[in-house]
Amino acid sequence: MSKKILLDKINVPGIKTYEVYRKEGGYASVEKAMKAMTPDDVVEEVKKSGLRGRGGAGFPAGLKWSFIDKKSGKPRHLVCNADESEPGTFKDRYLMEFIPHLLIEGMITSSFALGANLSYIYIRGEYMWVYKILERAIAEAKAAGWLGKNILGTGYDLELYVHCGAGAYICGEETALIESLEGKRGNPRIKPPFPAVSGLWANPTVVNNVETIASVPWIVNNSGDEYAAIGIGRSTGTKLISASGHVKNPGVYEIELGLSVYEFMNSDEYLGGMSSDRPLKALVPGGSSVPILPADLIYKTANGEDRLMTYESLSDGGFATGSMLGSGGFIVYNDTSCIVRNTWNFSRFYHHESCGQCTPCREGTGWLEKVLWRIENGQGREEDIDLLWSIQSKIEGNTICPLGDAASWPVAAAIRHFRDEFEYHVRFPEKIKNRNHFVAEPFAQVKHLVTKQTV
Amino acid sequence: MKVTIDGQEIEVEAGTTILQAARKIGGESVPPAMCYYSKLEGSGGKCRCCLVEVAKGSDADPRPMPKLMASCVTGCMDGMEINSKSSERVREARQSVTEFLLINHPLDCPVCDQAGECDLQDLSFEHGKSKTRFIEEKRTFEPEDIGPNIQLHMNRCILCQRCVQVADQLTDNRVHGVMDRGDHANISTCISKAIDNEFSGNMIDVCPVGALTDKTFRFKSRVWFNKPYNAHRECTTPGCCGKTTVWMFGDEIQRVTGRKDVYHEVEEFICNKCRFDHKDPADWVIEGPREFDKDSVINQNNYTQKLDTVHIATEEGILKGRAQDRKKISMPDIPLDKEQEEIFKQGNL
Repeated sequence: MSKKILLDKINVPGIKTYEVYRKEGGYASVEKAMKAMTPDDVVEEVKKSGLRGRGGAGFPAGLKWSFIDKKSGKPRHLVCNADESEPGTFKDRYLMEFIPHLLIEGMITSSFALGANLSYIYIRGEYMWVYKILERAIAEAKAAGWLGKNILGTGYDLELYVHCGAGAYICGEETALIESLEGKRGNPRIKPPFPAVSGLWANPTVVNNVETIASVPWIVNNSGDEYAAIGIGRSTGTKLISASGHVKNPGVYEIELGLSVYEFMNSDEYLGGMSSDRPLKALVPGGSSVPILPADLIYKTANGEDRLMTYESLSDGGFATGSMLGSGGFIVYNDTSCIVRNTWNFSRFYHHESCGQCTPCREGTGWLEKVLWRIENGQGREEDIDLLWSIQSKIEGNTICPLGDAASWPVAAAIRHFRDEFEYHVRFPEKIKNRNHFVAEPFAQVKHLVTKQTV
Repeated sequence: MKVTIDGQEIEVEAGTTILQAARKIGGESVPPAMCYYSKLEGSGGKCRCCLVEVAKGSDADPRPMPKLMASCVTGCMDGMEINSKSSERVREARQSVTEFLLINHPLDCPVCDQAGECDLQDLSFEHGKSKTRFIEEKRTFEPEDIGPNIQLHMNRCILCQRCVQVADQLTDNRVHGVMDRGDHANISTCISKAIDNEFSGNMIDVCPVGALTDKTFRFKSRVWFNKPYNAHRECTTPGCCGKTTVWMFGDEIQRVTGRKDVYHEVEEFICNKCRFDHKDPADWVIEGPREFDKDSVINQNNYTQKLDTVHIATEEGILKGRAQDRKKISMPDIPLDKEQEEIFKQGNL
């Protein structure tokens, strides 16, 4: 049984309300930080904890905090990135919806550590009901004296606002989020300068994911060392995983980093194995932007070690044989899934969400989607597979922000691991005209046709 | 600080970008730039044409940068070593950016008013491929009237956003900007407004392609038929330098633009009165003919160059070639007789 840090109290009746949350020990980290620690102490604890950004990039949070420019004398800000919009990722919503005060508590403690007097939660536009929950929780916290002027008589002031986005995935990129928060079009900024030097309104700003900030209260209450003792190596602590697809128990789980993928997939405590007991075909371990893994690389790494739910193990071998932990959007496919259609679907998303600022992403994502659409709809040509590979390789690494990479990696991985499926689509267009082409006839049953022709 | 670009070392001041340093060196190492405009703050970084390889970060941190960097927004560091033209990665990246830019850009150079002055034309000439791999339908936009002076042809836009920055930085009321996202992103007014402020004409000058053209010049002439002269007038509009290039066809001023440097960037911005309202040569003090690059399309008609005189002796001489063509094209199956064959061999048929 994994240790629970974030979802420990999730099942306590009424935990959404301030009274219950407080009765359960809520806001203790604020008291401890403000009364018994200095802001630098809090930063130090977070550094010791080894907590890494849970939004996907996995950058050490304490290190990021330590970059904030304190010498400029400008006001500092903490911005919570709650613009969770990646297909397959829905864990922040769960946290905010069911235990909103945990995030508020984390925001207060973290803002205190950073010396921020004005902080924001930037929430995805489609999460309107969660927005209302947070608004209410902030009002409760303010009424109880945790926000506003002179908190706990320490002289520290903090105002916290929730800002609802207008529904753009790109606003989850930290600089685009800042632009949007400033009231501008959500286009990513060119870095440097980094937000820690010049962020919101050109002030030093730290942008952290919901889950990252929600982990701070536990770290402050229990010490960074204790947090670092959970997990393995540089993947410390726990991680929320949002699991979906062909599994028996989809949902949001909190796991200790280091759990094996096999156990997470098959134990009854977690996903409970494949639904309908069909074979596992592929897995996207970290949200739609990370490379897909074929069945033979899911439970074992390329060198035969057990694949673990850690940043390192999931990316073992690079993209040739690995993927990424990303934001923890765990999408499972059984043998009836069509990888081409899945890739097209992801591409359609990135095409729709590209901000259009830089050329490779603006033009490349659209091109990828169009070619994938043709292949999936029986109009593909043999050369289209190499064309796809070429297009994605020209997007990757050449764009302003990582959205270009996010659009490129799934296509690259799909071709790398499932090229024969693409070839099948191209060579047998009449067979894939049926929308559920692999439901009655899974690819494994027709794979020989491609092989035969190749030979 | 010292930086090396394609093996050429140059000393630059702190705060200089790689592109600016390359421009100081000049020649083939200068990366192409479609969105960067030195006269506009905050421009650059978007088109990704100017990507370069930073092979050595600096003397202090010699590690190479893993990704190609946009030279227009990357600052120089002391001891930095950059590969521009000399890098295969850079060559490939520029080729792919050109390909991306052209997939949705109509190749209507024969009718586009920007032909001959188009940065995308130059970019494709230098970095493009001869064949497109894009077989899908290009995205198109409905024509939109954005005011009395400027014609917007959104299909040709490459979203460099220079015009938006002009409107932001030179005019009082910006009424246009980027709408929508991805490859549907487009320049438009919000909502159905006319762009009519005093400096809006500069949007035409900064546009690297034929998306924003001058309504007073549209379809009047190809640029290489015009003769550009530097000219000036006493302009009373605050902020206008009054120094322009007037493009003449005979004694007629067909259009007026700002004076542009070798990178096609205006030296100073001009007002709409100078640009659109003064088309009488008497309004201007003509300073003299303007020089252009040797390889410029505009130079094809350059009167400053000494040209060989072509003599056409007779009407017969003119028709000689046509008769020859007629024979070749229309009557290929009719054999020539011996006498004709002789004449044909001499090239007189």
